[in-house]
Parts: sequence; C-alpha cells; structure tokens
Amino acid sequence: MSKFKKKKSGDLPAISTASLPDIVFMLLFFFMVATVMRDTTLKVKNDLPFADQVEKLDKKDLIMYIYAGKPSDRFQSTFGKEARIQLNDKFADVSDIQAFIEAERASKREELVPYLTTALKVDKDVNMGIVGDIKTELRKVNALKINYTTRNGDISQNKD
Amino acid sequence: MAKRAAPEVNAGSMADIAFLLLIFFLVTTTIETDTGLSRKLPPIDDSQVEPPVIKQKNIFTVLINKNDQLLVEDELMELKDLRKAAVEFLDNGGGAGEDACGYCKGKKDPKSSDNPDKAIISLKNERETSYAMYISVQNELVAAYNELRNRRAQELFGRPFHEMELAYDDSRSPEFKSEKLKEKIEKIKLEYPQKLSEVQ
Repeated sequence: MSKFKKKKSGDLPAISTASLPDIVFMLLFFFMVATVMRDTTLKVKNDLPFADQVEKLDKKDLIMYIYAGKPSDRFQSTFGKEARIQLNDKFADVSDIQAFIEAERASKREELVPYLTTALKVDKDVNMGIVGDIKTELRKVNALKINYTTRNGDISQNKD
Repeated sequence: MAKRAAPEVNAGSMADIAFLLLIFFLVTTTIETDTGLSRKLPPIDDSQVEPPVIKQKNIFTVLINKNDQLLVEDELMELKDLRKAAVEFLDNGGGAGEDACGYCKGKKDPKSSDNPDKAIISLKNERETSYAMYISVQNELVAAYNELRNRRAQELFGRPFHEMELAYDDSRSPEFKSEKLKEKIEKIKLEYPQKLSEVQ
C-alpha cells in the first residue's frame, strides 16, 4: 500500500533560488557601471528652469560647472539668503571665476582647451544680476562657449 | 586518517549581500541630464573701430524689466506671443534689390527687417530680472529660429533641421559626420543665421 501513497503527495517541488545571486549581481554590475558619482556637493539650491529647445551636452570631461543660487537651508545661518556662486565645493565670489577657469584649463590637455564649455547651473529664482556678472567674468578670460543648463520641459512650468 | 571533506560554505546569504549593494547603487545613481541652451558670448572688444551702423528696422528689441514684463519693439507683450512676433520679424524679407530674400514667406513689410541675414534680435534685461524669465525668453527666441530653419529644411531636403543635426551627431546613423549632410546644414544656417545680441 505504501507504494501508492508515495505518488500521491502533490507538493510542488521547491524552486531553486541558486541563480538568484547571479541575477542580482548582474543588476548590481549594471548600476555600478552606470553610476556617475557626483563630484561636487551642492551647497546652493539648484532648481533649474525648464526649456524645450535644448541641446545635449556630451563630452562630460570638457565641461566646467558654475553653480549659482541661494545657499541651502543648512548654510543659510552662515552665508545668508542672498544668491551665491559655487565653484567646485566652495562658495565663491565673482572675482574667483577667472582663477577657476584658468585652473580648469590648466588641468586639461592643451589641444582640448578651445573645446571647453562652461555650463551655468543657475537656480530659477536667481536674479539676472549675478548671471550677468558671471558672464562678464567669463568674457574677460575668453571662455565664450556657455550653456545654460536647463531641464527639458515646457516653459510654462517656469512660472510660480 | 581518512581525509575529511571541507564543509561547504552556505551561500544562501549571498543574495542578501548582493541586494544590499544593489540598493546602495540604485539610490546613489543619478542619471545625469545635462541639456541646455548653448550660447556664445561676444568677445570683449576694445578696438576703436566704429561699429557698423545698423538700420533701426533691422533690429528687434526685446526688453525684460525687473517685474518680468516683456517690452518688444516698445510695446508690452505676453510671453506666448513672442515666438510668433520673432518669426514674423525674421521672416519678413522686406528688402529690395540686393537685400531681397527669395525664400522668405513674411509680409514683405518695408518697415520691418530686410532679410534674415540682416535681422538682429537684441535682448536686454535688468539686474532684477528673474533667471527663469530670462531662460523662457531665450527659449522662445531660439524656438523662432528653429521653426524657420525646420521649415526651410523641410522645403529643400524634405526633413526637419533638428533631425538633420541629430543624424550628423549620432554615431549610429549612416550619415554620421557626412560631408554632404554638413553642407546642407551649413546652407540652412547661412540662410537663417542666429543673430541674437545681448546688451550688456
């Protein structure tokens, strides 16, 4: 009789999870490769405006970033609420831009210097005064290629 | 003594470790979106050469005041009408003789611009203007140029201008860096040059 009983057990065979780590590792490697670690910590509010006639910026290594905006909440006690410029990891003054551009140029290979672009990552609540100052400084050091970094979207989202 | 087999290491927690790492990378990943409006600043000009005289009718002045209001050609305008006004100005083609514009479809108003090559948009802002408004205006003006270029490219080559530029820059497309396409792009750019000047 026991011969028949054995066959009757209707349990589903356990699914082997031995390949689960492989799948997870595959995903892991994908994200490890795709990750770009931010090399600067933002100290300013950086809510970019929207535009829909945008061009893509490739060649990440040929871009110099200049950030501007109000200091973030935790810096407001020391730096106030007035819009500031951030270069690399530090708050900077308009007069520091020239030195910053020169340093960036010196760190690149000489033949690539003419292709350097300055990306202006400016918060949308900032006044044009500070942007105008940045542009004047850039003209003084002959860094004429600029890009106003924006998010892709309709400009009606800029109002609020 | 009989050889004892090494005890097997339990690999059951491997998945947990991998998940932990996976979640870390998922959280830190920022697929960076670097898109924007590219512009070229004018070089500082300290030479004493007199700037050429430009006829008033060939200049389209746009002023953004500190309350983010638009003053276009000395009249108040809403942002949504700016693109159309700019297209009308650029595409006017009111010139005669040497300055005539064969491909313009505008009203040929003698009081507006002669041809797209002569037409200059002059953008002026105040220090208190908000950056968001400035970008919106820049975007609309670039859009006006793009609209005209697309229209012209469609007429000449049966495809929009932005698609031609994409095909030129995309390494996967058959026309990547092709000389022929470059010629076409240059032709369109010559017919509708972007002359956007900013008053300092």
